[in-house]
Amino acid sequence: MSERLVVVGNGMAPGRMLEHLFQAAPDAYDVTIFNAEPRVNYDRIMLSPVLSGEKRFADIVVHDDAWYIDHGITLHKGCRVVAIDRAGKTVRAADGTVAAYDKLVIATGSTPFVVPVAGHDLPGVLTYRDLDDVEAMLRAASAGGRAVVIGGGLLGLEAAAGLQARGMAVTVLHLMPTLMERQLDPAAGYLLQKALEARGIDVVLRANTHAILGDGRVAGVRLDDGAEIPADIVVMAVGIRPSTQLGRDAGLDVNRGIVVDDAMTTSDPDILALGECVEHRGQCYGLVAPLYEMAKVAALRLAGDRAAAYGGSVTATKLKVTGVDLYSAGDFADGEGREEIVLRDAAGGVYKRLVLRDDRILGAVLYGDTADGPWFFDLMKRGVDVSAMRETLIFGQRYAGGEPLDPTAAVAALPGEAEICGCNGVCKGTILDAIESQGLTGLDAVRAHTKASSSCGSCSGLVESLLSLSLGDAYRPAAVQPMCDCTEFGHDDVRRLIVAHELKSIPAVMQEFGWASSGGCAKCRPALNYYLLATWPGEYVDDGQSRFVNERVHANIQKDGTFSVVPRMWGGITSAKELRAIADVVDKFAIPTVKVTGGQRIDMLGVKKEHLPAVWADLNAAGLVSGHAYGKALRTVKTCVGTDWCRFGTQDSTGLGIRIEKFMWGSWTPAKVKIAVSGCPRNCAEATCKDVGVVCVDSGYEIHFAGAAGLDIKGTEILGRVATEDEALQAIVALVQLYREQGRYLERIYKWARRVGVETIRAQVLDDLDRREALFARFVHSQRFSQHDPWAERAGGRDAHEFQAMADLNLLEAAE
Amino acid sequence: MGTRWIDVGLLADIPACGARVVKSPEGDIAVFRTSDDRLFALRDRCPHKGGPLSQGIVHGTAVTCPLHNWVIDLASGEAQGADSGCARRIAIRRLGDRVQLSAEAMRADAA
Repeated sequence: MSERLVVVGNGMAPGRMLEHLFQAAPDAYDVTIFNAEPRVNYDRIMLSPVLSGEKRFADIVVHDDAWYIDHGITLHKGCRVVAIDRAGKTVRAADGTVAAYDKLVIATGSTPFVVPVAGHDLPGVLTYRDLDDVEAMLRAASAGGRAVVIGGGLLGLEAAAGLQARGMAVTVLHLMPTLMERQLDPAAGYLLQKALEARGIDVVLRANTHAILGDGRVAGVRLDDGAEIPADIVVMAVGIRPSTQLGRDAGLDVNRGIVVDDAMTTSDPDILALGECVEHRGQCYGLVAPLYEMAKVAALRLAGDRAAAYGGSVTATKLKVTGVDLYSAGDFADGEGREEIVLRDAAGGVYKRLVLRDDRILGAVLYGDTADGPWFFDLMKRGVDVSAMRETLIFGQRYAGGEPLDPTAAVAALPGEAEICGCNGVCKGTILDAIESQGLTGLDAVRAHTKASSSCGSCSGLVESLLSLSLGDAYRPAAVQPMCDCTEFGHDDVRRLIVAHELKSIPAVMQEFGWASSGGCAKCRPALNYYLLATWPGEYVDDGQSRFVNERVHANIQKDGTFSVVPRMWGGITSAKELRAIADVVDKFAIPTVKVTGGQRIDMLGVKKEHLPAVWADLNAAGLVSGHAYGKALRTVKTCVGTDWCRFGTQDSTGLGIRIEKFMWGSWTPAKVKIAVSGCPRNCAEATCKDVGVVCVDSGYEIHFAGAAGLDIKGTEILGRVATEDEALQAIVALVQLYREQGRYLERIYKWARRVGVETIRAQVLDDLDRREALFARFVHSQRFSQHDPWAERAGGRDAHEFQAMADLNLLEAAE
Repeated sequence: MGTRWIDVGLLADIPACGARVVKSPEGDIAVFRTSDDRLFALRDRCPHKGGPLSQGIVHGTAVTCPLHNWVIDLASGEAQGADSGCARRIAIRRLGDRVQLSAEAMRADAA
């Protein structure tokens, strides 16, 4: 006599389970299936090709009607089970159908998560889960128009590619800074983004959906930052939730999913569960491979095998978008004892990363060339010792003596019209032509013939790469000091290539230049953050985690972990009100030390980190703002009292100093910038040992730069003399902007000037008026995005996590 | 007897590639989150001069101390390169979206 097996749900997991069961114990059960969908079992994983038009529904059917008849299965289509009577061992469906069971399998799957923003229930807002969703999308796509997909994970991107293939204009909104962050590291995420953008899909990262707009029907999406994106349909693909209601109502143990043990059995021994609705060892799965593994165990258990056990799964993912090859498997995080092997071929658009421990593969991310994905996955699952093939492992299974990596690849990939030398406007093609036609063999010869790298010299590394490309082994370039151990490129090359390749994120730079580590180090990350910030003002999003603590929290860390606070005093001028506010703050927060600095400011030392926002709020109330004493930024403009008071003063040095400081505060620079303005050649403001100095004379303003009075002591160089205050300001701003564009991170102005040459700088910021104006304009543009008082922002609550402990266990102890 | 775990907050409370401080009777604990959401916890004192490691730049599975740029391995607490010294590790785990520290490991006298 057969036992009665009832299955709730007819997705891929129970379908596979029944196949195994019929093989292991063909006549053990009379099977009844309840399917809420009005159709047979189909391959949900292949919905994306149906959406994009590469497959039809008939192609993805797993079990057709004949299969159910052959196996004597009673299939209730379009029939949703609404209750389980565990005592009477029956299930009841919405239409009143009742079925009795000896064993019950719950496979209710999952439901798409819908972001509960205003407008989420408007017609035209869809999810991406089953064939009904796909049909709704296809109906919408047939009319053309615009689609917005919320969610840049696997499903969202497949939906986006499918809709785009069907002729819609598609925008993907993703909350996180990189796409598919659960499966991919930032470098691979970046490559994926580029590939999608290249095929015409707009990608908006860090996009937080505020509301879905529309009157009676969806018309667009509004983001938190106020941006609005028009849309004829909105597809939500932000994640799934295990469908647990049935199990919960029946009184089974349910956490995030219906809890099952290694035997796929729920808290009721006669009820099994599997698929996306379950939670096994704290883990819920949404990929097909684990579901199949569960299906096999559940089938064997039903067939009476008491040893069958499910031990959890390692998972692999492949994005099903035609033309984009992407594969990720296992655990690819960094960690103790873990090593990584990274292969980057920026020109070929290939990225491969293997994570190993004890000579065994733990995880793999492949982009561009995924042919070896299953091979790596197999080695990983079987725990194969790869030490013997380690040297060539990354090249894949069919490795046959691959070419060594070429460090000049990034330069080779540039088009002929890419500008190599910004100072003299020389492009790559011109340089290569000259090398070839003139038979040039060295850097000096290229400089003489083309002028490339003959001015500031910051593109020398690139010119040398072109020589290598053209001459091969015949050319031996001079050694360039690399930025850090993560790369072979020097600072200048990186800066130039950021511009030439229009790179706008740290992962993008690391990918294009073949960084040896996956996440950089404490040397290169702050440098890259500055270069990107300086190159793409208003576009690049500052990465706080790549900044030194002082710049992250806008105060100077001291030896005991407390901070010092220096408010701005424009030109060194203060007032009774400001001093009173400072005195009050010192009393209120019991600040131990107050000191006058060399830059004519007041420094409060020993402030506890958690007090910083409150200290700033009080200082702000008196009109005091951040003095940037903590930053690679404009620090101070020191002045003397000039014609206001001094009997020798020739110009209004205080006024000019204040004007310079108000114009330039907030700007980030390669290293700190200290300025001084003296009202006469007696030079009381000590302008001739500053990064930039002005010495006023009767006939105008003598502009100095490249002084030093720290580790090195050096008098300034004279840039030149100008007649008016306006001209002085313009020349100083242009000078600092040139330094911002050419300086290496942490390189002070005097070192930059020594490297580049005082003459070169003077030619650009003083003699060439067009260039001076262009530099000035770029600085002004950049200031639009940097002149916000960081103290006021943080006193207002921004980055609150920086200033508060995550938890205080002292309080816990007290409570116990 | 299993380990007793103390809940200290949400994973989302810690910035990726960053750290937070948990105050405890035995001194501050630095709780680190890497770019790929792995968690580590160390006493918030650099073995060099006691600098607050929680304030350093987190890169890969290491942190660079903000005072004198010692690089400390998050997994072992050991100083890297030519420097030597160790910041004591504290057992940490993630349970769903919660972060928990081992209660025993937080005692100053624990190994």
